[in-house]
Amino acid sequence: MNILVCVKQVPDTTEIKIDPVKKTLIRTGVPSILNTYDAYALEQALQLKDKDPDNVKIVVASMGPQQAESILRDCLAVGAESAYLITDRKFGGSDTYATSYILSQSVAKIVEQEGSFDMIFCGKQAIDGDTAQVGPQLGEHLGLHQITYAINISLNEEKNKALITRELDEGKVVVEAQLPVLVTFTKTDDLRFASIKNKMKSKRAEIKEINYDDLAGIDDTKIGLNGSPTRVVKSFTPDVKTDGIIIREDNPDEAFEKFAAELEKVKLY
Amino acid sequence: MDFKFTDETQLLQEMVREFTEKEIQPIAAEIDEEERFPEEMVAKMAELGFLGIPFPEEYGGSGMTNLDYVVAVEEISKACASTGVIVSAHTSLAAWPIYNYGTEEQKQKYLIPLATGEKLGAFGLTEPGAGTDAAGQETKAEDKGDYYLLNGSKIFITNGYYADIYIIFAMTDRELGNRGISAFILEKGMPGFSFGTKEKKMGIRASATYELIFEDVKVPKENLLGELNKGFGVAMATLDGGRLGIGAQALGIAEGAFNAALAYVKEREQFGRPLAKFQNTQFRLADMYSRIESSKLTLYRAVCLKDEGVPYSTEAAMAKLLCSETAREVTWQAVQLFGGYGYTREYPVERMMRDAKITEIYEGTSEVMKMVIWGHLNRVDSI
Repeated sequence: MNILVCVKQVPDTTEIKIDPVKKTLIRTGVPSILNTYDAYALEQALQLKDKDPDNVKIVVASMGPQQAESILRDCLAVGAESAYLITDRKFGGSDTYATSYILSQSVAKIVEQEGSFDMIFCGKQAIDGDTAQVGPQLGEHLGLHQITYAINISLNEEKNKALITRELDEGKVVVEAQLPVLVTFTKTDDLRFASIKNKMKSKRAEIKEINYDDLAGIDDTKIGLNGSPTRVVKSFTPDVKTDGIIIREDNPDEAFEKFAAELEKVKLY
Repeated sequence: MDFKFTDETQLLQEMVREFTEKEIQPIAAEIDEEERFPEEMVAKMAELGFLGIPFPEEYGGSGMTNLDYVVAVEEISKACASTGVIVSAHTSLAAWPIYNYGTEEQKQKYLIPLATGEKLGAFGLTEPGAGTDAAGQETKAEDKGDYYLLNGSKIFITNGYYADIYIIFAMTDRELGNRGISAFILEKGMPGFSFGTKEKKMGIRASATYELIFEDVKVPKENLLGELNKGFGVAMATLDGGRLGIGAQALGIAEGAFNAALAYVKEREQFGRPLAKFQNTQFRLADMYSRIESSKLTLYRAVCLKDEGVPYSTEAAMAKLLCSETAREVTWQAVQLFGGYGYTREYPVERMMRDAKITEIYEGTSEVMKMVIWGHLNRVDSI
């Protein structure tokens, strides 16, 4: 059972402060961490490995600058077996679409080394960009079925199907998926700590690198800033929204009456 | 002279800090209030290798340095001095003497489970009539041919009931005084070995402090630690190392109180401005910080000497003396800065002030530290 976990290095958003005057993010001195949802995805992979340590192999991969190595080491310290850093100046400025394309090309390269993957795990989104696009896009590029917003995963006895619990606004749904499958995870169980020994070992571990030149046949028009169909035009702090209300009635007229009453309360009707 | 941590020490400091903030800090006030020994936390720390930091991997340890161990105790004690002393007493006072004086068989049997944290250790030297004056030991071990027969009691034993492996000192030849003391390794459950009362303490209330009672305990011959009648040396060398752990605990308490005070004075307003805007506050914090930093340097230097394998007894005594006085002073000042709130259990500084006091007393009082320092001065003409 081979599991690939895709991870991203992000600024620790709990440490970010907003400049009270300029209303922009103060980035200086903000530590970089493993994206929280990716850490949950890794934790789920580790739990599968706990149950079957001899047969589950966890590989982690991250696209980013050289310093992203540190989060790959964090992943190795808690139990991933090998780590790949996908890095090249040519990849800089990639949006989610270009990123997922590069990742999909890199997966083929990683498969050459590690064998094919039964499952690919991602965090549901990164806590910096919050797009929730890279995981699903990667699934599309690779032609895998994808299950998003998972909180738990287990395997059947034959180890060819996964039982996945998804957490949605309306409640939880349990779905069964044929392997191979791509799963994105939201907040699951508590994360584990690395032992001192493993932490120190991970410091000396090899991080394998994948560069542009390693990806034969990659389409230059789909990578980097120029290959990115989207652009960030403006960043701003949104106004605070209050919670919405969901009205559910079997009879649409009753639902409308309740809706009208709500509008009346806020003097909109 | 290089005042930088190695990458490994820095990494260890970061990981212990993260663990402390996420796991220990949230329960620190609660276990103090309930006077509850945090067994579940000890198990978690064992799993991560916190209970065998300075011992080689072949003996179940994490293969790090004494400096790493001291930094870990300091980080833990910033949030919880009780948890800090659990680790310190276990590592310095129980595992270390076995590592240093034990036979290969003793290391295999006792050091490995201690260093992996599978078992917890304790150290018993103090008796009702033998505190600073260790030669006043009443506990005796008689040679009965194929075993030693141990009788007596020990008091104020950290990790008391919760430990599994104990380093116990007893008189093997009363006429020789200090030179008639021997060290033994005891296991919980040996017939005749029982526990007396648990102390009710001012501070470090989550650390379990017990009386140990020995009634005709048959200790196997192979459990003699070090040479016969050389136990006083074992105790003194062990306490030298223990003082580094207690220095680290004291330093951690001071830093914890300082951090709480620093955050508080920036938020708390009186007379229309934060306390931090008053020069009285600024000067107090400057003094507290300077004390912490100078104590820290003294401590780290003493530990580095131990890591280098050169004598460090005087430096350890100075480090413990300074760090424990700093803990007392800084926690007092922190409570004062918090005012009435500082006196309540709503804020951690009240607990930290109570916790600080013991560091001037156990593993050698401040007066004993001064005796050790004078012992060195007595042998030199200048410094």
